[in-house]
Amino acid sequence: MIRLEKRPNPSRFWLYATPPVAVLLTMVVGGILFAAMGKNPIEVIRTIFWDPIFGEFAFYLRGQLLVKAGPLILIAIGLALGFRAGIWNIGAEGQYIIGAICGAAVGLAVFPTENRLIFPAMVIAGAFGGWLWAMIPAILKTRFNTNEILVSLMLVYVAQTILAKASTSFLKNPEGMGFPGSRNFNTYPAAKNGYLIESLGLHWGGVAALVTAVLIYILLTRHIAGFQIRLAGQAPRAARFHGVNPTRLVVMCMGISGALAGLAGLFEVAGPAGQISIDFNTGYGFTAIIVAFLGRLNPLGIVLAGFLMALTYVGGEMASTNLGLPSAAIQVFQGMLLFFLLGVDVLTNYRFRLPAAAATAGAK
Amino acid sequence: MDFGGINPVILIAGLMATSVPILLAALGEAVVERSGVLNLGVEGMMIVGALGGFVVAVHTGSPFAGFLGGAVAGAALSLIFAALTQVFLANQVATGLALTLFGLGLSSLGGQGYNGIKPPHTVGLLPDALAKIPVAGPILFGHDWVVYFSILMTAATWYVLKFTRVGLIIRAVGENHDAAHALGYKVNRIRLLCIMFGGAMAGIGGAYISLVRVPQWVDGITAGAGWIALAIVVFASWRPWRVLAGAWLFGGISVLQLNLQAAGSAIPVEYLSMAPYLLTIVVLVIMSSGRGKASMGAPASLGQNFHAAR
Repeated sequence: MIRLEKRPNPSRFWLYATPPVAVLLTMVVGGILFAAMGKNPIEVIRTIFWDPIFGEFAFYLRGQLLVKAGPLILIAIGLALGFRAGIWNIGAEGQYIIGAICGAAVGLAVFPTENRLIFPAMVIAGAFGGWLWAMIPAILKTRFNTNEILVSLMLVYVAQTILAKASTSFLKNPEGMGFPGSRNFNTYPAAKNGYLIESLGLHWGGVAALVTAVLIYILLTRHIAGFQIRLAGQAPRAARFHGVNPTRLVVMCMGISGALAGLAGLFEVAGPAGQISIDFNTGYGFTAIIVAFLGRLNPLGIVLAGFLMALTYVGGEMASTNLGLPSAAIQVFQGMLLFFLLGVDVLTNYRFRLPAAAATAGAK
Repeated sequence: MDFGGINPVILIAGLMATSVPILLAALGEAVVERSGVLNLGVEGMMIVGALGGFVVAVHTGSPFAGFLGGAVAGAALSLIFAALTQVFLANQVATGLALTLFGLGLSSLGGQGYNGIKPPHTVGLLPDALAKIPVAGPILFGHDWVVYFSILMTAATWYVLKFTRVGLIIRAVGENHDAAHALGYKVNRIRLLCIMFGGAMAGIGGAYISLVRVPQWVDGITAGAGWIALAIVVFASWRPWRVLAGAWLFGGISVLQLNLQAAGSAIPVEYLSMAPYLLTIVVLVIMSSGRGKASMGAPASLGQNFHAAR
């Protein structure tokens, strides 16, 4: 029987080769799934991965890529920071919603004042809202030792009910003729998160995502806090001897990831989504978990992974309108990608050995 | 005998039925965690079980076959988790999350075309005459068979874990996998079986939601029940009878908030529907803080993968 043998050192080759291999495997198995659903697998894969970049409508769809990738990257970078330290914030979806509500509330409170400070104030409020929502699991973890996974996740459901309440009562558009949903930010120039470069789909959220990626990369590789995060994740005992304060680490990682998720929510609600509505959130907070792992918890890798995941969203929409592929199929596809990634990852730390080879290695 | 428009007898009978899905899923997860594996994919296994159970029940016309189908679907999905964590040694937290995301997508893909269909009715176990006895009737005798099954499973899980050789092996593997391995037990194989048991239980719990609680197929039908089940396992310090108590407590809150909504309470509906989730957090805080009691009950090898060097 083939057996696993631990590598003395993690393989650098497989560290970088894992994501592409996982993507290829997902395409193959996903293709089989699409074929089983009676679609032409090659056509579907081409529609998802090729057409948005090089196809007929690419001039429009390329812009959509950054629109979708921006929030994913922003959230995933924050999550990756915590994941590296062994702090599992999986309630980014809730922080995203609360950030959007807080930011939007600031903008709507002063409607229809025109002032160039309104949008920056909304951005700060958005980040603050996300930070605050992430502080609940962080403080409960540091004070009472509760499990941050469960608390942050429960708060997603709480955030969703607050969102429902916001769009039907306290943030409802007074001129909306009774429909749920807030005023549309597209009709409110001072608070609108418009495109800076329309053809690229670049708005302030995209700028924030790319800048954050660079900043967090520097933090992780050059700053003592980044070192402590990596140390706490890889060798918790050594981190304690080194003098890493676990409380500060939890508060910092949860705070940064919450603030980034809140920012993503604000940029989304003031830009592409346009208004607070019951279902403006589209699950970015959960998909960002896949993005974080696909990018190997590395900020620069996450940028690439964010674009790849955006491709499956944009291409998936194309496939659902043109080829009648159910949108849930894309969700399955994304889940599969994470499975293959986690499975192939074994090769980074282990290698497969045939019994004969293992025997000779043992004899030496 | 009403209090503020709420009848306590109906409340108690209701909470016993409402808590069945989280009770079954939490019992399964308790066994999984006792064997040292943290499977965060309960929500995914539940919703796939909910769909599997629904589809089988609709096509066969038999609710019993439906529950069996739910168990098989849940166990099948848990096999993915088992393969990744036990064979490929993937991180359990990440794999569990992936299982939930995948399960939610898979169920919404597979559930297309099943909206608006009514599943066959799951019948009561005991004769109607017994259920008509005032007070005791609805509480003790008025339920369908799955409610009794869930209580029976609580007792069975408790007995097996505490008094049998199988239970001892499961606990040994969960407390110290190196020692268990040294004694000659196949750590990963035992864990794989526990994971499948957890998947089957979550699947039956999910099927109860789609076949009895709702009863129809809706996307995202479990609405976080799997996560509440995970919280209950912590709440219960990994002990079956406390899992039952926890599940009934949560069932009680859910029924109470629904009854308050129906009775036209002054509290807005949105805030009432938050109650189960907020209560989960409060309970977690109480259980985790009390002089580290909850952490003392946790299996020592929880969440750690085992790789036999030789």
